[in-house]
Amino acid sequence: MTPVIQMEGVAFAYPDGHRALDGVDLVVNPGEKVAVLGPNGSGKTTFALHLNGINALQEGRASISGLPITEPNLMEIRRRVGMVFQDTDDQLFMPTVGDDVAFGPANLGLRGDELDHRVKEALGLVGALGLKDRAPHHLSGGERRRVALATVLAMRPEVLVLDEPTSGLDPAGRRELVGVLDDLDITQVLITHDLPFALELCDRAVIMSAGRVVADGACVDLLDDEALLRAHRLELPLGFDPRAGHAARKSA
Amino acid sequence: MGAGHAHALHVHGHSPVHRLAPEAKVAAAFSFVAAVALTPPEAVWAFAVDAAALIGVIRVAGLSPRFVASRASVVLPFIAFAAFIPFIGTGEQVTVLGMSLSAEGLVAARTIVFKAVMGATTSVVLAATTEVPAIMTGLSRLRVPAIITTIATFMIRYLEVLAGELSRMRTAMTARGHNPKWLWQAKPIANGAGALFIRSYERGERVHAAMLSRGFTGEMPALGHRRAEARDWLTALILPSVSFSLLVVALVIT
Repeated sequence: MTPVIQMEGVAFAYPDGHRALDGVDLVVNPGEKVAVLGPNGSGKTTFALHLNGINALQEGRASISGLPITEPNLMEIRRRVGMVFQDTDDQLFMPTVGDDVAFGPANLGLRGDELDHRVKEALGLVGALGLKDRAPHHLSGGERRRVALATVLAMRPEVLVLDEPTSGLDPAGRRELVGVLDDLDITQVLITHDLPFALELCDRAVIMSAGRVVADGACVDLLDDEALLRAHRLELPLGFDPRAGHAARKSA
Repeated sequence: MGAGHAHALHVHGHSPVHRLAPEAKVAAAFSFVAAVALTPPEAVWAFAVDAAALIGVIRVAGLSPRFVASRASVVLPFIAFAAFIPFIGTGEQVTVLGMSLSAEGLVAARTIVFKAVMGATTSVVLAATTEVPAIMTGLSRLRVPAIITTIATFMIRYLEVLAGELSRMRTAMTARGHNPKWLWQAKPIANGAGALFIRSYERGERVHAAMLSRGFTGEMPALGHRRAEARDWLTALILPSVSFSLLVVALVIT
């Protein structure tokens, strides 16, 4: 089985010399939902920007479903990797929701009825068909997050990468997002420091710290290792029991 | 003007004016204003008919005259100087209310005010009956370069984001006791403007990254909106054909 994401020894330094990634190794197989956990400044977002070639590879090897992430493959890589950015104001730049969702597939060359169909399909998947003609900046936080998700689902990606998807969401918005992501039958990489959110959606988690993957295992096991979390500036909410949370999820 | 609409000037409706294809409306508005602007100052009767035609369009569009007047009044400060022309004008003098005014100056002031108000009112009618994305589509179908319509689209999209950032910044300043009354207290505002510029620049980079990751190659895809048919053009051109006919008649008889 070809992994969806395969990264070996990926390293990256910013022009100011800061080495944000210091040899990342990660393999994600089809159908997996993997949480990438880590404190601020651990290189999570830099890592995400490598997955569809926004940050060009400096060291190491990276491929998506066997296709190396290199300049000539970028268009196909960007179709395969659906990237949802942290700030929805960055992601939603078109005047209406419908136009924004159409932006990606239109760049892939779709037009007319085929394009309309894609837009409706993607908005339907996130329960936002009714928002098609609205202006993105007039939506609630939760609606914007779901629409941002639809803008990449419209490209029928092989893997979804979400950068801090719960930031700025109220509890109800967060709950709706969990529902939508849980129902999507697609490989997902959730970059977050919201540990209960990771536990709710992902069986597997990796911890990124100082530009490296320092732990990789079952999400519930990592969250239950208090010493490991503390060593990498991660914390569970007061009184949160990951075993009980995991059990609650499984029975749901 | 509900929350679902993109800008404060738009009035939701389904009138024949609302339904016209955007390129026809944009072209009609522009040529109507051009013809009014070219009409010679002496042809007062032509201006009266132009105004009547525009009022007719406002009625057909179902816009409230009060709404149109209040939005169009933004032009008044810009034409305030026109009030001075009769006082400083030279040539033949006439006496009005005991004041000696220039006859030529009076005509010039009247013309400036009329043309400016007509231009502003036409823009308000266009904006009230056409959503911003449709206006942009209309402009690009009229062969306005894509770079200009794209920049305008982004500017309108991010204006509210920017205004929101500015107002939060001002709130934060006020919360810490900043209450500028004099010019020399303006330094924090200048710093704020600088910070806002940097933030906007960084946002620009992030938006660009988000566009690239959805396959942007440098050209915005042309999307949606009904194309103008012959009927749209014929209907939309009623208004400018009035002003152009008046213009021709006025030029011939003066």
